Amino acid sequence: MTQLSYLDGNMLDGPLRELFAVDLSAATGRCDSCGMTGPMACLHVYSHAPGLVARCPACTAVMLRLVRSPDRAWLDLRGATFLQVPMPLDQPHPRPL
Amino acid sequence: MSAAPLGWRVARLVERRVETPTAQTLVLEVPGWPGHLPGQHVDVRLTAEDGYQAARSYSLAAPGTDGRIELTVQRVPDGEVSPYLIDAWAQGDPVEVRGPVGGWFIWRTEETSPVLLVAGGSGIVPLMAMVRARRVAGSRVPFRLVYSARTPTDVFYADELRRRVRDDLGLDVAYVYTREAPEGWRGEPHRVGLADLNTHGWPPDLEPHCYVCGPTGFVETVADLLVGLGHEARRVRTERFGPTG
Repeated sequence: MTQLSYLDGNMLDGPLRELFAVDLSAATGRCDSCGMTGPMACLHVYSHAPGLVARCPACTAVMLRLVRSPDRAWLDLRGATFLQVPMPLDQPHPRPL
Repeated sequence: MSAAPLGWRVARLVERRVETPTAQTLVLEVPGWPGHLPGQHVDVRLTAEDGYQAARSYSLAAPGTDGRIELTVQRVPDGEVSPYLIDAWAQGDPVEVRGPVGGWFIWRTEETSPVLLVAGGSGIVPLMAMVRARRVAGSRVPFRLVYSARTPTDVFYADELRRRVRDDLGLDVAYVYTREAPEGWRGEPHRVGLADLNTHGWPPDLEPHCYVCGPTGFVETVADLLVGLGHEARRVRTERFGPTG
């Protein structure tokens, strides 16, 4: 194989659930580089690194990086314009500020 | 599902079942397990005496009951985690688990669209969780499973799948063998192709949900074929697994 093998964005759920209250694979993300919008589950995740690197499936730009050390986590989301997270309707939500 | 960051819980082995010469189903007792959806996975973490840690993700193989979960683990030669789980883990020994996780590759029992499941090798595990959940929920959603295995002895859950097909109305299972087919099987060993998905899948105009799980190359190929057949990409959900173990 000439290309490094990757996993899909589903595998980010475990590591990211240390930081977030919801599974982010069902969230929609927009790539800051090419503008493609789609489920975070479809990102290509490369784990042969000191951290996790998730790339846009369309243009391969890095959308998310996560590095975990024993006492802290670094999350770099500068490659993602936004994350849209589905919320349950029965959950009370605050009024706009 | 709990809406809080997930921590690690201590799990203990209560039972193991041999599925194939290289794979076993492990039944774990996890106090406080919150339940899970079919298709979700769990991270398993081992800690060595010197503090070195290794974690891997495993799909949950069955609906959870009473704080018990089932994983089916394929032994990866030279892997860091799977050989321990299969060869060395003794009943009562603790490991750590974190889960359930996964918000995308899941099937909800209240969904009504027909379902196509395509499994490559141990990619059957989360799809079997869906087949079992369908049974438990008494769902009548039509399911079709296309299961690619190297040889008949590599098929996980072989007896149960035979039973399910006999007893569960609306469940069909088709096998594809890549290296060696059973006697009397029509056709030659081959990799899943367009003809298999066309014959044993659903027509795209029924708008089925497709779940594809297996090694990266298998998932790529099958997902491309399904989209080529006319299935909308957003209805083709995939889960790839890499070579680590």
